[in-house]
Amino acid sequence: MNRIFLKLAAGLFAATLLGGCVAPKTVDYSAFKESKPRSILVMPPVNESPDVKATYSLLSQVTFPLAEAGYYVVPVALVDETFKQNGLTNANDIQETSPAKLREIFGADAAMYVKVTQYGTTYMVISSQTVVTATAKLVDLRSGTTLWTGTATASSDEGGNNSGGGLIGMLITAAVKQIINSSTDAGHPIAGITSQRLLSAGQPAGLLYGPRSPRYGTD
Amino acid sequence: METKMNGLRVIAVAAAALWLSGCAQPKTLYQWGSYQPEVYEYFKGESKEAQVAKLEEDLQKIRSTNGNPPPGYHAQLGMLYGSLGKDDQMVQEFRTEKTLFPESATYMDFLMRNVKTGVASK
Repeated sequence: MNRIFLKLAAGLFAATLLGGCVAPKTVDYSAFKESKPRSILVMPPVNESPDVKATYSLLSQVTFPLAEAGYYVVPVALVDETFKQNGLTNANDIQETSPAKLREIFGADAAMYVKVTQYGTTYMVISSQTVVTATAKLVDLRSGTTLWTGTATASSDEGGNNSGGGLIGMLITAAVKQIINSSTDAGHPIAGITSQRLLSAGQPAGLLYGPRSPRYGTD
Repeated sequence: METKMNGLRVIAVAAAALWLSGCAQPKTLYQWGSYQPEVYEYFKGESKEAQVAKLEEDLQKIRSTNGNPPPGYHAQLGMLYGSLGKDDQMVQEFRTEKTLFPESATYMDFLMRNVKTGVASK
């Protein structure tokens, strides 16, 4: 429960930041509004980072923001198994599957194509930070139309600048952070924040609310 | 597990402060239990028996508060039961997913048609 709260809190923090600081981009939602997708199939993310954990780390955390936005999310682990059963194990190959075939098997109205461009920790003398960056594209599986695109990033460095002790203090902080960031999967909690920033509704240029949300149709 | 959450804790505290200070959010649509962490365990190839135990335990908690499990929760349990050779429980979980979320009907029907050759046979 503690972890869930942390994730939720982090997501809210992100939403608040975005809501406050960034001038709203003008996004054309007309195709999205016309499409009215109820269910979303999240394709296993293509990984452009050097860390092989990126695909499943992110895929395991996409359901929360999308379901809370009001969409049915096709169960991600079952989807991955179904592709494997059909001989598709590579995310690039999987994303080549035709929209018609995807709709026939999974029955989803739309598919989310995700790409991880950064996942992992950069080590430096003074500072090491863990960063996860991803992009997403929502495509209507009935028409093949692109409904929405987005990008988001999160870093372990956010809100961590509390070193007040000069160079020695900085070095100690850096050493501590190195330990945190070098734990076996430091990217995973950061990926959770990236996922929420990328796929939550109710933020500038973000996804629209889906039919299962009480806010559906208000944006 | 605890240490790597420390960086997030700062963010969480700041977020909580902001949250309390005004931008009130409604409660979540679903009670998540450990669905996403257990999905990650599945992807990492960890013990399926342990995943079933944790998901069933959390489901009891969700039910005891009249909460709603999120999309995929029952389907995930179903797949785990199937891979442990418990096909009856698998089908039952797939049917529950379909009842709670009619949007899943096409896929759940596909999976149940493929009980012998599909996702569950692994």
